[in-house]
Amino acid sequence: MSAQDPRPVPTTMLDGIRAAAPVMLGYIPIGFAFGVLARAAGLSVAETGLMSLLVYAGSSQFIGAGLLASGVAAPSIIATTFLVNLRHLLMSTALVPSMRHNPAWQNALLAYGITDETFAVNTAVLQGRPASPEFVTGLHVVSQGSWIVASVVGALAGHLVGDTNALGLDFALPAMFVGLLMPNLRGEDSKPRLWAAVLAAALSVAIVVAFPGTSWSIILATVVAATVGVMLA
Amino acid sequence: MMTVRPAIVALFLGMALVTYLPRMAPLVVLSRLKLPPLLLRWLSFVPVAVLSALLAKELLVNGDHFEVSWSHPHLIAAVPAFVVAARTRSLMGTVLAGIATMALLRLIV
Repeated sequence: MSAQDPRPVPTTMLDGIRAAAPVMLGYIPIGFAFGVLARAAGLSVAETGLMSLLVYAGSSQFIGAGLLASGVAAPSIIATTFLVNLRHLLMSTALVPSMRHNPAWQNALLAYGITDETFAVNTAVLQGRPASPEFVTGLHVVSQGSWIVASVVGALAGHLVGDTNALGLDFALPAMFVGLLMPNLRGEDSKPRLWAAVLAAALSVAIVVAFPGTSWSIILATVVAATVGVMLA
Repeated sequence: MMTVRPAIVALFLGMALVTYLPRMAPLVVLSRLKLPPLLLRWLSFVPVAVLSALLAKELLVNGDHFEVSWSHPHLIAAVPAFVVAARTRSLMGTVLAGIATMALLRLIV
């Protein structure tokens, strides 16, 4: 484990809602941008909101709306979505040690809200310690709620607003990843963690550049880097 | 504006299913099993690796090519965020530093 946060594990739903604040800050502008794109791709406002409710996966919603607009058939869109979101398999597995004590039905519900961002917040807060279902519920519901509301508002009002990127809001999620990555590089095992981080970064970029359009870069980079990290530790 | 076409709903349900299964299956199935210590050690390296892989793509890749430049200033905008993250434990402070730097860079470049 990395240096354990001296603070106790947050347990209440309110703790989870508070922990969702940086995720919301990132989801609101990106959800808004998705709403604008979805309308341009021919989806209605209701369909835009429905997609954010049912699918709830940022990059694949952008890709899906884009494919739909260019007339790609449903089976190919679904297959692409599967590949793009397959990385959640690793995240769900990595959450097992913190969530295995929950009843299966509870985990089945909470799993709906696993995204890159909520996974990152959960693991940074928990550091392998047991998660309270209330905390995870607060984090997941508020995060997805902000995503749905923002995408509907974007679909409704997108034409009224100029370029939100000028405000730097598109950088909220990368900056959040910076903030969640740093504690991983301190404390026990920090050397192998640092090497795993460097390797994962280099591999993911190299794979994207070598195989444009691939959906495998995050999965491959993570599997190789985590394996090397364990071997070094 | 509020129309909901059945074919679109069917597409979304398909997308939802293939997204949900990888999110749910490990958590539900593997929680029933006793995992070997080596696998647990390996899993403890997944967060740092996933985060770093996601972040590197955001900072260093524009579309499908490597780019660090004033017109794609993501790596530069991340420097103050790294400093704030290293000096404080404040996630919100780190996010705000990143947003402010990016806004400033877009304003002046």
